Amino acid sequence: MDFLRPASWEEALAAKAEHPTAVPIAGGTDVMVEINFDHRRPEYLLDLNRIELLRAWEVGEETVRLGASVSYTQIMENLRAELPGLALASHTVASPQIRNRGGVGGNLGTASPAGDAHPALLAAGAEVEVESVRGSRLIPIDAFYTGVKRNAMAPDELIKTVHIKKADGPQQYSKVGTRNAMVIAVCAFGLALHPETRTVRTGIGSAAPTPVRAKAAEEFLNAALDEGGFWESGRIITPSIAKQFAELASASCNPIDDVRGTAKYRRHAVGIMARRTLGWTWEQYRGTGRSLEGAA
Amino acid sequence: MRVNFTVNGRKQEADDVWEGESLLYVLRERMGLPGSKNACEQGECGSCTVRLDGVPVCSCLVAAGQVEGREVVTVEGLADYAKHREDAHPGGGCASGACGTSIDAAQRWQAKPVDGQTGEAGALSPIQQAFIDAGAVQCGFCTPGLLVAADELLERNASPSDQDIREALSGNLCRCTGYEKILDAVRLAAARQEEAV
Repeated sequence: MDFLRPASWEEALAAKAEHPTAVPIAGGTDVMVEINFDHRRPEYLLDLNRIELLRAWEVGEETVRLGASVSYTQIMENLRAELPGLALASHTVASPQIRNRGGVGGNLGTASPAGDAHPALLAAGAEVEVESVRGSRLIPIDAFYTGVKRNAMAPDELIKTVHIKKADGPQQYSKVGTRNAMVIAVCAFGLALHPETRTVRTGIGSAAPTPVRAKAAEEFLNAALDEGGFWESGRIITPSIAKQFAELASASCNPIDDVRGTAKYRRHAVGIMARRTLGWTWEQYRGTGRSLEGAA
Repeated sequence: MRVNFTVNGRKQEADDVWEGESLLYVLRERMGLPGSKNACEQGECGSCTVRLDGVPVCSCLVAAGQVEGREVVTVEGLADYAKHREDAHPGGGCASGACGTSIDAAQRWQAKPVDGQTGEAGALSPIQQAFIDAGAVQCGFCTPGLLVAADELLERNASPSDQDIREALSGNLCRCTGYEKILDAVRLAAARQEEAV
């Protein structure tokens, strides 16, 4: 095994171009587990810890440009107002020790359906900026996840920045696990209200081969909220609408039975989380509930 | 490969490090510092918690090569680290070559509480003393990780709520399930810290 320690982003891209099989390591919270357990013996480890630009973020007019290695702790502490859904999701990641090391870039690189950041990114709307010596490109989050632990990146590419839409309305995140800390999601659900476009976006974690949006549920809800004039009136969402939204969200899942839970339970729980997160965000939107920054 | 880094305030060098090796392995097997415990090797249990550039991390998930040029504080250096925080460098740690704990001293380090007969104080940090006083040490395996995590909590939050303590220690498992005493110990250390101010 070789340990590559590029000092700059350009060096990192050159190293990845020369050794496309090199495994990037940042927080190490996925990669080191595999190495410790002898599940993986990469020929090259590509350490990204020295690259400062990956640890920086920038709040722009419309988006937050989040460096791939910005830790979950930093997101929780600094980006709560701009990225409430992702901040809530970050708070559910493992433990303080893990949140101090891990970041969204690693979640995306690993592309596990159970990654905590994914539902929040899907709900907020995001683009992943990947780069290689050939150039850079933006991959829409909806096109990023291509299979179980697979993503749309080429072997010579590295994740540089995640461009996440700044919240224009309330966002919520819900995760099911056996305790509050140190759990891999049994399933998870992210929901974002976008009052500017009068749309609702969602993200489902750990209930399909990839993180997915509950598109049919979103379409139904967007139409129902529009027809009922809910965005203007700020009325409480009719229980029948919330119920149908939950059922459609549940139907968007394609889960499996595994050690953490059954497919049946996951479908059920996703429906419940969809209804609850809709209720929470809508209360916030109506101005009667908790603040935009979430409460976890 | 060779790794140069700072351990407990002193510059150290580890040789013949395998590229896939963890910081935990380097500390235990190459530096002779077995205070950080090796248990789950997947970041679940927190018994290998150390400070990396001041931040609590699971040393089993840090690749050895990633600590090149960086600063690590282990439980063996915790008493000294806490002392420096109070005396020489209030409000922060210390990384200059003159301070810190030598590797020999760290290897020989033992928890010696205040002697009941002579009243002589051992080299314990306030959090270590509080763990002993509160009976928060049972089998002791999780203790080093908990001490490092709890010390960092009290460094950044002088009067933590129970919720804050639970949150800060949520990544440290105790298989004796002695959590209540552990919470007592952190509360005790926090109270003593407040009294001292």
